[in-house]
Amino acid sequence: MIEAKSLCKSYGGFKAVDDLSFTVEAGQVLGFLGPNGAGKSTTMKMLTGFLAPTSGTALVNDIDVVEQSVAARRNIGYLPEGAPSYGEMTVLQFLTFIAHARAIAKSEVPESVENAIRKLNLTGVKHQPIETLSKGFKRRVGLAQAIIHDPQILILDEPTDGLDPNQKREVRGLIRAMAKDKIIIISTHILEEVEAVCNRVMIIAEGRLLADDSPQGLIKRSRYHNAVSLVVEAPEKVASSLSELPQVAKAELREGELTLFPTADEGLFEAVTAAIGENHWQVSALRLEAGRLDEVFHSITRKEASA
Amino acid sequence: MSAISNVMRRELTGYFATPVAYVFLIIFLVMTGIFAFYLGNFYERGFADLNPFFRFHPWLYLFLVPAISMRLWAEERRSGTIELLLTLPLTTMQAVLGKFLAAWLFIGLALVLTLPMWLTVNYLGSPDNGVILAAYLGSWLMAGGFLAIGSCMSALTRNQVVAFILSIVVCFLFLLSGLPMVMNLFIGWAPQIVLDGIASLSFLKHFADISKGVIDLRDLVYFTLVIGFWLLANVLILDIKKAD
Repeated sequence: MIEAKSLCKSYGGFKAVDDLSFTVEAGQVLGFLGPNGAGKSTTMKMLTGFLAPTSGTALVNDIDVVEQSVAARRNIGYLPEGAPSYGEMTVLQFLTFIAHARAIAKSEVPESVENAIRKLNLTGVKHQPIETLSKGFKRRVGLAQAIIHDPQILILDEPTDGLDPNQKREVRGLIRAMAKDKIIIISTHILEEVEAVCNRVMIIAEGRLLADDSPQGLIKRSRYHNAVSLVVEAPEKVASSLSELPQVAKAELREGELTLFPTADEGLFEAVTAAIGENHWQVSALRLEAGRLDEVFHSITRKEASA
Repeated sequence: MSAISNVMRRELTGYFATPVAYVFLIIFLVMTGIFAFYLGNFYERGFADLNPFFRFHPWLYLFLVPAISMRLWAEERRSGTIELLLTLPLTTMQAVLGKFLAAWLFIGLALVLTLPMWLTVNYLGSPDNGVILAAYLGSWLMAGGFLAIGSCMSALTRNQVVAFILSIVVCFLFLLSGLPMVMNLFIGWAPQIVLDGIASLSFLKHFADISKGVIDLRDLVYFTLVIGFWLLANVLILDIKKAD
């Protein structure tokens, strides 16, 4: 379990992280979502014992990261931003070094290294110096070193940054596969990633926690939640006639697509389909909106900026 | 202990994975040879000792040791691996010691490779091998002092060139602290006790004692204290200023 207690970090007068408190339980995959410079990386650096908080502290499996930094770090696997590694070493040398540093028993080091290499598909390049590898491989080497000691807590700073779509899929699959019984915290500014791997999201901006919810919960906050979008012939006419329905709060026409926003009354989709049937409109596309995470993100972080 | 040796082994592997190690060893051997034979008149003196060889070590170290130490921490900062290293379950002190010992052993290796000098002098005459051994020890200790300064300077910046220049300047002050050049800055206004203190910091003076074959406990303590002081400062700098 991770317990952050009023974490603060300031540089001079600038508050990078401002009074952040939260608890993460086993089984949760938590996504830190926020604009660049929001304090996501700084928070991770404090949890992993790299930076000392200006005030406040965090407990990692009941161990204080400030008082007993080294003991706390044993529970954590960490991928720093940019996946740094020693470029002149081969993948095998590097992972062996990390395995020793993680205090894995000498006899089990080769096996742990091989395991990590297999999980991240690094077998073909294990004898190559890391600096000669592509960005995708380097990122996977970074992930391999983070999981080599099978830590209970994984903290991954932008784990899929710089990967191609296939590699992103692989890494997300890997994270989901490891999620059981573990605590995983990832930071990202990619919204689809949050939906793909996280079961909890914290939106952070300017060092403060603005929202803490499940991805589904966040999507429900969208004004698009349960809205109906359709592409139809003569949309202006259809829009004015559908606006009469008691279930429609507002109709918006954008790039040929008509979106109807719901009122508190239920059954918007049914009412719209019934109206289409009655009036014989030529509809070429019709869908029920789940909600748009980007719009929620935008409205939450923008509200903060203008406040 | 195993944490220190793990960091040390990684660092040493790093030296030999790049041309750095080989270039350094070759230059060190060539330079010691040139200094001993040309500037030190090794043959012409007609004495069977290694004095002309050791006499120039402080000056050689002044430039070559910062060349080794400049990358110790500056490179970790530049590449971001400092964040990886210092979030592993080891203390900052263990990381600092591991890296320092690697560089110190490496310089030790460079010294060992100068053994042909010792063989030559034994072939030509019958030198006092005890004195030579003491001088080797003194030279290695002095290199440790330079190295500790260099390691600390390297922790201040992410730029290796800056680290190199800072190290040379601080090492130079330590080297010359007993000579009029530095002392004149203080004579006239500083009290005698301060003057004595500064004069006793000189690497040259302590090295001269050992290289004459006199292993005085005070000289050993001196170099140990210098190394300890700068490595402690190194740890403090890293703890205060980890990220950039």
